Amino acid sequence: MDNIWDGIKAAVYLLVTFDRDLMEITLRSLQVTLSAVAISSFVALPFGAWLAIRRFRLRRAAIAVLNALMGLPPVVVGLVVYLLLSRSGPFGVLDLLFTPAAMIIAQVIIITPLIASIAHQAIRELWAEYHDLLISMNTTSGQRIRTLIWDGRRALITAALAGFGRAIGEVGAIMIVGGNIDHATRVLTTAIALETGKGDFALALGLGFVLIFLSLLVNFATHALGRTERGKFW
Amino acid sequence: MIRPVLLAVLATLFLAIGAKAETMKLAVTTSFHNSGLSDILLPVIKEDTGLDVQLLVVGTGQALRLGEAGDVDAILVHSRGAEETFVEAGFGTHRREIMYNDFVLIGPKSNPAGLAAPDGIVAALAQISQSKATFVSRDDESGTHKREMSLWRRAGLNPENFGPWYNAVGAGMGAALNTASGLSGHILSDRASWLNFGNKADLAILFEGDPLLFNQYAYIPINPKKHPHVKQDPAAQLENWLVGDRAKGLINAYTINGEVLFTFNAHP
Repeated sequence: MDNIWDGIKAAVYLLVTFDRDLMEITLRSLQVTLSAVAISSFVALPFGAWLAIRRFRLRRAAIAVLNALMGLPPVVVGLVVYLLLSRSGPFGVLDLLFTPAAMIIAQVIIITPLIASIAHQAIRELWAEYHDLLISMNTTSGQRIRTLIWDGRRALITAALAGFGRAIGEVGAIMIVGGNIDHATRVLTTAIALETGKGDFALALGLGFVLIFLSLLVNFATHALGRTERGKFW
Repeated sequence: MIRPVLLAVLATLFLAIGAKAETMKLAVTTSFHNSGLSDILLPVIKEDTGLDVQLLVVGTGQALRLGEAGDVDAILVHSRGAEETFVEAGFGTHRREIMYNDFVLIGPKSNPAGLAAPDGIVAALAQISQSKATFVSRDDESGTHKREMSLWRRAGLNPENFGPWYNAVGAGMGAALNTASGLSGHILSDRASWLNFGNKADLAILFEGDPLLFNQYAYIPINPKKHPHVKQDPAAQLENWLVGDRAKGLINAYTINGEVLFTFNAHP
């Protein structure tokens, strides 16, 4: 119990004093994860919508595979991305290993199936409602996808936030491809792993509370930005 | 209204990724970092040479793999046999000894296995195995793990045949110490990591001082013949600094609770 109490105290102390290292790794956590969520959403939302309105032979199999990929083990993703980006790997010349860009790539791979899958579920229901209308208006696939994404934005924000949640708390993959380098690729989760390794549980837990706080902040900001949960904008 | 804001945020995020200073990557063992010595040395290295040394804190096994793949510019590790193989295979240009410390055997203060100092570390380990006292092994091909294995071999024992009292955790020094602390078990640790470890619980040093526990750290620059992209000059610059007087003074003066952690022994 003492450790948890010390952790809360450490978190408050770090936040109140605007600890410079803490600010740096917090901003990097945000930078990496928000970039990953943005890229993933850009790919996954249209893909989920496309999967919902399109009928093709292997559709059922494609959906099953997509759902299964939601459970991709981050450590394996990290290892594969490491091997690809390593100097001895096929993309070694890009010199991306142990940079935030490598961490973003790994997170994109981890959360794209998750976002696409949730988006697909949400849009499928919307499509049942809109089906007759959009068909009778003789819309193109592109128009249908855009309409469904826009009108389903509230559920899709939830999809993106689920992706954010998985990425911000992820440590296995980014530890391998980022290397937890101080002032370069250290983020909140890898810092927590490091402090735990040093046996400094109070600081580790303090960073953990900061991480939870950050996650809350992003979720609130998203709702504020999207103006959801307000009368006029449903 | 939302879109311009989001776009602006994203643009800043992507732009921020590009910037880079004169840097080199050094894979180091967990003990070098967990001991806190790196926090002392790095700022001074930056001040003296202008080098921004980026540390990848991993076990010796992984450090050697990173070096083989050319993902780092130099390594600082502690496992002589593996290092010599590494250099012979042409992955490193040469091996430069920098400093040493020693391993210590950690265990519960009550000393349940009844270890006694004069018997030597090999006898102490044999005694632990005989009394089946809880033992935690790194099991991660790190320098510490390799030393532990060689000590078991000297005792004529094979950890593969050990019972459930032997816990191979496959983790770094800190994580393994946490496990030992939770299980009240025995563990082999380098002295520096132990002294700087914050979760000692009821553990203490039970055995130390055997010559077999000597722990040499060496610096190996990666061979540019194997990997033409490695930063040869910064790696050489760092080596010169590490064997110099400034490093000597800082390394020898670094203490925790009055105990010296590393002893400089590089030949200039």
